[in-house]
Amino acid sequence: MHKVIIPIGPQHPALKEPESFRIQLSGERITGFSVKLGYNHRGIEKACEERTYLQDVYLTERICGICSHAHSTAFTQAVEEIAALAVPKRALYIRTLIGELERIHSHLLWLGVAGHEIGFDTLLMYTWRDREVVMDILATTTGNRVNYGINTIGGVRRDISLAQVKDILKAVDILEERTKYYIDISTKETTMIKRLSGVGVLSHKDAVRLGAVGPTGRASGVDRDVRRDDPYAAYGELDFNVITDDHCDVYGRAVVRLKELMESYRLIRQILKNMPEGPIAVKAPRKIPAGEAVSRYEAPRGEDVHYVKSNGTDKPERVKVRAPTLANVQTVAKMLEDGQLADLPIVIAAIDPCFSCTDRLISIKDTKSKKTNILMWDDLHSYSVKWYRDKGIDFTKLNRKLQGKMS
Amino acid sequence: MGLVRKIVTWARIKSPWIIHFNTGACNACDIEIVAALTPRYDLERFGIQLKGTPRHADVLVCSGPVTKQITPRLKRIYEQMPEPKFVVAVGTCSCSGGVFQGCYNVESGIDEVLPVSAYIPGCPASPKAIIDGVTKLLMSLEDKEGSRIQGPGSGKK
Repeated sequence: MHKVIIPIGPQHPALKEPESFRIQLSGERITGFSVKLGYNHRGIEKACEERTYLQDVYLTERICGICSHAHSTAFTQAVEEIAALAVPKRALYIRTLIGELERIHSHLLWLGVAGHEIGFDTLLMYTWRDREVVMDILATTTGNRVNYGINTIGGVRRDISLAQVKDILKAVDILEERTKYYIDISTKETTMIKRLSGVGVLSHKDAVRLGAVGPTGRASGVDRDVRRDDPYAAYGELDFNVITDDHCDVYGRAVVRLKELMESYRLIRQILKNMPEGPIAVKAPRKIPAGEAVSRYEAPRGEDVHYVKSNGTDKPERVKVRAPTLANVQTVAKMLEDGQLADLPIVIAAIDPCFSCTDRLISIKDTKSKKTNILMWDDLHSYSVKWYRDKGIDFTKLNRKLQGKMS
Repeated sequence: MGLVRKIVTWARIKSPWIIHFNTGACNACDIEIVAALTPRYDLERFGIQLKGTPRHADVLVCSGPVTKQITPRLKRIYEQMPEPKFVVAVGTCSCSGGVFQGCYNVESGIDEVLPVSAYIPGCPASPKAIIDGVTKLLMSLEDKEGSRIQGPGSGKK
């Protein structure tokens, strides 16, 4: 049959973020798939090196607006490890609490988007209405609806009062009831089952081979969760189950996320019950001693890894972020193999992609010679020197003067 | 012509259709825009509807500091919109570059690329702020009723 190539994006009603896909079709069947990323690349890793550690906490928070707490916690954990700070227990509990509230808001958001992608807009409106309950809690406990800004190096910035504890417990009760209803819909409603089961299949073997993380991996039976395997914050002291499923399709991913919501409610109740008294932060030095650390965090989408290298000044030498979507995006091509074009939006949405997390590397393509060029550190350095020179600013003399002084 | 123009203006203010475009944002403003369209805040009660194509839209709602790779696409989407057209910058990043100011791959703000009609600051701009900004934009159109409504597109940078 004649083959057709359909470009989707960067602006497309089914995509909330700018990314570009090229889909090769034979009739309605997908035979080829390629992704073009980089529309969201802002250069955060390099910007981190220009700012102080404290500024970086807020900058890493803005890597992604949906899992903002995941990124800022992963970064602060790494810096605290280098500086050997003993973070108070109450701070760790508050961090865990915000992390779980964030997971609830992210999973409810995903369920709505998934409903929208299969043309079930009622579900979108229902879940987003209920999501406002958790957004209100986040706003009252942290002061902002989305980028919470609760982390600081050495602890957290806001304490939780008794009145807030009561509010959170009340909200959790409401959400638990609503989630039970959603589980009921997703597992019994024919529309959902017909549209989701058997779509975007990723076998256990492929999931392990391609390195799927988070709910995407767990829905294919990959029993991995950083919260249990490498406990951080207060997770070592809490009791929870890691949800896995063996459906290996979009239906399985929905079930895993919904059941994780129920675990989150359990976790929040435990956190509020066991929260120790005491200070919420220790004073952190402005200059962090030389060293390096890797920190892992189980974000709503999967394992988030931050690497920080310090050189004894008040600014990091290198920050590297590996967001969960980067690990999961490779699996999409496998899921789409021999799939229908109509299933494309839901299959992509099922890994809960976040391209603002993922767009890390910049590569420059010369359209004339078809050569791809990746900017390495030295290239970036000379590019920045050239950029400033073009603007009429030259640091050469100043550099020489400084070097003369040092030697 | 006076009456026809009045009817057109009335229709335009009562049903502005928007298109949302993420110009390199962190998703925070985008989810707040969607939150503004869902039941709690319900932007649709002003007749505002989210559209899939720029050719149907009156208002381009942008979020995020404009990255270099997205710039040509942003211009193309703006050019595809019919006149009169308006650009709303949602979030501090799209107003001025925000925390990303000075990054090597961003243009620091929508107004570096397109003429902007309304700025809605905030990191992220809350749904309440978005509703306030959009209604202010619509009210400013109402003031001009009778005189010819011109999109800022005529004075393009």
